[in-house]
Amino acid sequence: MGKILVVIEHDHGQPKKVALATVSFARQVAARRGDSIEFAVLGSGCAGVAEALTGYGATAVHVADNAALAHPVAAVWAKVVSDLAKAIGATAVAAAATSLGKDGLPRVAVRLAAGMASDVVALVDTKAGIAFRRPMWAGNLLGDVVIDTPVQVISVRASAFDVAAPTGGASPVQAFAASVDAGRAAARFVSFEGTASSRPDLNEATIVVSGGRGLKPERGGFKVIEPLADVLGAAIGASRAAVDDGYAPNDYQIGQTGKVVAPQLYLAIAISGAVQHLAGMKNSKVIVAINTRDDEPIFKVADYGLQGDAFVVVPELVQKLKALRS
Amino acid sequence: MKILVSAKRVSDPNARLHVAADGRWVEGDVEYILNPFCENAIEGALQLAEAHEGTETVVVGIGDEDTARFLRQGALARGIDRALLVNADEAAIDSDLIARIYAAVVAKEEPDIVLLGKQAVDCDSNQVAQLLAEYLGWPQATFASKIEVVGSEVRVTREVDGGLEVLGLTLPCVISADLRLNEPRYASLTGIMKAKKKPLDELELDDLGLGAATPKVRVVAMSTPPGRVAGVMVKDVDELILKLRTEARAI
Repeated sequence: MGKILVVIEHDHGQPKKVALATVSFARQVAARRGDSIEFAVLGSGCAGVAEALTGYGATAVHVADNAALAHPVAAVWAKVVSDLAKAIGATAVAAAATSLGKDGLPRVAVRLAAGMASDVVALVDTKAGIAFRRPMWAGNLLGDVVIDTPVQVISVRASAFDVAAPTGGASPVQAFAASVDAGRAAARFVSFEGTASSRPDLNEATIVVSGGRGLKPERGGFKVIEPLADVLGAAIGASRAAVDDGYAPNDYQIGQTGKVVAPQLYLAIAISGAVQHLAGMKNSKVIVAINTRDDEPIFKVADYGLQGDAFVVVPELVQKLKALRS
Repeated sequence: MKILVSAKRVSDPNARLHVAADGRWVEGDVEYILNPFCENAIEGALQLAEAHEGTETVVVGIGDEDTARFLRQGALARGIDRALLVNADEAAIDSDLIARIYAAVVAKEEPDIVLLGKQAVDCDSNQVAQLLAEYLGWPQATFASKIEVVGSEVRVTREVDGGLEVLGLTLPCVISADLRLNEPRYASLTGIMKAKKKPLDELELDDLGLGAATPKVRVVAMSTPPGRVAGVMVKDVDELILKLRTEARAI
């Protein structure tokens, strides 16, 4: 009977969908082992997040509310999470494999003398207990990882789990007095420059419109897919090639080394479909590919392929979708 | 200043990989390449060394004589000053043990900056730099797209969800390189010739006090994910919309 501590990432006073997907992961582990689940909320002025989490079946919601946790560097974040995990006797610590989770969880693992599995997509029952299934080699292989330490640390690929629904009841909210040792960190937050967008977050969107190197700036670039994203209420993504060439900002990148998404609908516009891009989107429910060449690898994973010039096809698609909606 | 980088060989992710019936991975005749993120880290170290006179650069690798080949061709030939090879069976170590090996190397070498690739494209774990930073008690900046030394501080721009974050780190520190940190250079012919004479020292796990160290995680089975079946080609936008509405019910 262990205890799983789920670190909840939040934004604008609400838990992120990726955090609620991590809760689903924790419920699956708990159901197999008879574990209980507790939540950790770190931030500055984050009491509202804790309130929003009380109906999700946790035996406690721990809140570390501290000005130093508004933009925590990894060393500080990891210290708070591991101090809390020790205080409650957690046997597992899980968080979404976002840039925050990837940055901080390995440090938590060291502080808890724990083994860690990254980017877990499923659980597998083995003779040695639960194995954590995770993609390797750009998702070409799946590895089942057994963690041999008494405490286990897991980063969760949120797109592989459903967003958890409330189960009713109430979880007591408890303040955790975080010790934030600034000297130990020797790192300071200088600035954050956000990619301005009124569109949904890539990690949270149900539809993603993604552009590739075929969207040449001299012909209008990514501007051609913006109206399509708007009419569908979609997030915009990009291939690594498009980001490398400066057609799109870095946090649009979808693939092995960027974001991994699995929306209901993924539209790949002028993307060839390199292995490392497919690793970031091939688990989408429905995939549409639009490309001038019909022999590109993207068509091997697409449910619907359309051979054509994006700068002609996409405006036509937008116009006809708008006509349908009106 | 002294900068430590690492070089890991990885099987080419574009190669076709096969899983044996017992679920253990079989390599087959896989080609190895230098992990692309290690190339970014090596280039980053070289650029810092060029900008700051008197900087020494050292590369460390774990493995056997084939890893030594990558240390020479991928790092020394590009301009890294010297190399360390830790003899160990790569298949028997996990990210945590790699980090402990690097921490022991750091204790010997005392670098000011450890610059590593953000992940190896075979296991895709994205852990070693962070684990190492915690073992050392050092500050870290992962996913770096820009590194500059400003006074006594290293200013690192990080690629994170939603945009770019800038951190200021005091030395010593650990940094992990993202793809857009730089464009790795090719080794020149003179670089390749020079690399043959550069020092490459070998270390055993016993030398590092890790002779009896064991990994914390094990891969017990491997499998191939179910493939996606190619769908249909539609003839025009009207057919695409019709299929998406009536068949896929996606819009």
